[in-house]
Amino acid sequence: MATKKKTDQSYISFGLDSFGDIPRGTDGKLLTHAAAIRQVIDEAVLADKLGIDTIALGEHHREDFAISSPEMVLAAIASKTKNIKLASGVTVLSSDDPVRVFERFSTLDAVSNGRAQVILGRGSFTESFPLFGYDLRDYEILFEEKIELFAELLKEKPVTWSGTKRASLDKADVYPKTESGHLETFVGVGGSPQSVIRAAKYGFPLMLAIIGGAPERFVPYVDLYKHAAQEFGTSSDMIGMHSPGFIADTDEEAVKIAWPAHKTNFDRIGRTRGWPPITREHFDYEVSNGSLYIGSPETVARKIAKSIKTLGVNRFDLVYGGGPMPASARLHMVELYGTKVIPRVRELLAEQSGDASK
Amino acid sequence: MPANKTLAILGAGKLGVVLTQLALRAGYDVYIAGSGSADKIALSIQVLTPGAIATTAEDAVAHADIVILALPLGKYRTIPADKLRGKLVIDAMNYWWEVDGRESEFADPMTSSSEIVQDYLVGARVVKALSHMGYHHLLDESRPAGTPGRKAIAIAGDNDTDNQTVAALVNNLGFDPVIIGPLARGKILEPGHELFGAHVDKKSLLTIAAKNED
Ligand SMILES: NC(=O)c1ccc[n+]([C@@H]2O[C@H](COP(=O)([O-])OP(=O)(O)OC[C@H]3O[C@@H](n4cnc5c(N)ncnc54)[C@H](OP(=O)(O)O)[C@@H]3O)[C@@H](O)[C@H]2O)c1
Repeated sequence: MATKKKTDQSYISFGLDSFGDIPRGTDGKLLTHAAAIRQVIDEAVLADKLGIDTIALGEHHREDFAISSPEMVLAAIASKTKNIKLASGVTVLSSDDPVRVFERFSTLDAVSNGRAQVILGRGSFTESFPLFGYDLRDYEILFEEKIELFAELLKEKPVTWSGTKRASLDKADVYPKTESGHLETFVGVGGSPQSVIRAAKYGFPLMLAIIGGAPERFVPYVDLYKHAAQEFGTSSDMIGMHSPGFIADTDEEAVKIAWPAHKTNFDRIGRTRGWPPITREHFDYEVSNGSLYIGSPETVARKIAKSIKTLGVNRFDLVYGGGPMPASARLHMVELYGTKVIPRVRELLAEQSGDASK
Repeated sequence: MPANKTLAILGAGKLGVVLTQLALRAGYDVYIAGSGSADKIALSIQVLTPGAIATTAEDAVAHADIVILALPLGKYRTIPADKLRGKLVIDAMNYWWEVDGRESEFADPMTSSSEIVQDYLVGARVVKALSHMGYHHLLDESRPAGTPGRKAIAIAGDNDTDNQTVAALVNNLGFDPVIIGPLARGKILEPGHELFGAHVDKKSLLTIAAKNED
């Protein structure tokens, strides 16, 4: 069944994504930030054992998430794992320095024997801007310029570049070089068509962040990416999606754990952005028709298989453990994802395409 | 064929694209513009909203019966104000500090952002609408009139005829229109208020609006 080579574009890869949400211990209390980070490391180690393809860690700079330096955590994971890809998800390039991002991830690539992956994005949170001294009014231009520079750096040749938001570079060579000569880099996008076109322009694989609403609405974006890639003469072979979810032994159990955690998470973010508390009706809608992959292994597997097929993507990452969940439930979720959901999704996809022989 | 059948949508991002999709489906002619030249958005428009005409803001406005503002609020001063004189303008913009910045005139809790926009657009008739529902809810939840549970869109404007015109458009786009009062009352639709983000039916919308009577 899953014996396809991972470089084959019909191979579907599965990942787990986290921002380092703070879980609860057995006493019901929130863990410390430090313990939350160690929890993610434990989960990644388990994911590696179970053959899950990728762990992607995103940066946040706020109290409810422990991970602000994903590559530090990824380096720790690297030393304890063998095969799992180590990705950021996303690296907020606008408020970072492309040269440093390259250096950190090429270092991670060295440490992990070539398993590093960068997912660049504008990020839907912007706390990093004031923190690092960037002006939100430069939101667009910062990303535009920095992604251009990053694309140059990825060639791993001396770079000559100039822009308006960062010092120019004159034949600057940046180290360490990767052994493969290629630091794998995706671009993460939300609903902005300009971002999709930008990813195609530089020939970066696309990662769709689908965090609400019906996944079908992204079909036109996949088309747009392919059209744009064709126009720019770049490749559009790799398209992934990431969406939030949670798995437990039964649908009831999964909802029982995920609903309060999701609500806490959503409402806390909503307070800073000015949207009202989430209702149970909205949550249920997202679970049944939208973009929350919550339920038993069978329920979640069916939903994932449907999205993969509808959108024609070859990568699915589950954003797991959103909100203050019991730490033990999270570990169990990783286990169910690796042992039940992923094999079941592969089975469903093979059944549908009628070539269960591969 | 709807009356006021030509729309100009300024902003070709998440919201602009979805509104264009809904409007085309409802039989409108749509001219859509981003911040720059037409070719910058041509491909997105061709693929995402085939049938719409990608152009510049000035050209879009020149054709339109109704202009919809779907650009970041912080950029409102880049709207070609003189070209909008005499037009009916729907303000769908919100103050979103994460893109518009914290140090903004919109941070003032007393004035509604649409009043500031109206002050800038001298001679235009600004109505606030299509601002409180997230873009993917707009896309997912558009329904024909009479569908049980159809979601509602609030409208705030100073002129009754204009409000009615906008209501007809909202209805054609797939939502129950609810006129909540004059432009200043649009404050209750803004981020930080209970109706912001609301994707509820007419009855619930009216209930929440009544609760937020000031
Ligand atoms: N996203 C939602 O769910 C939602 C819902 C309701 C209301 N809104 C409001 O709608 C507005 C747009 O939000 P969005 O999420 O769609 O943002 P977005 O995806 O960032 O898109 C913004 C668009 O506005 C364009 N633009 C900038 N200056 C312009 C100008 N002077 N004339 C014409 N177009 C211009 C941008 O073009 P360039 O790329 O060329 O700069 C871009 O196409 C905001 O005020 C937001 O608060 C959003």
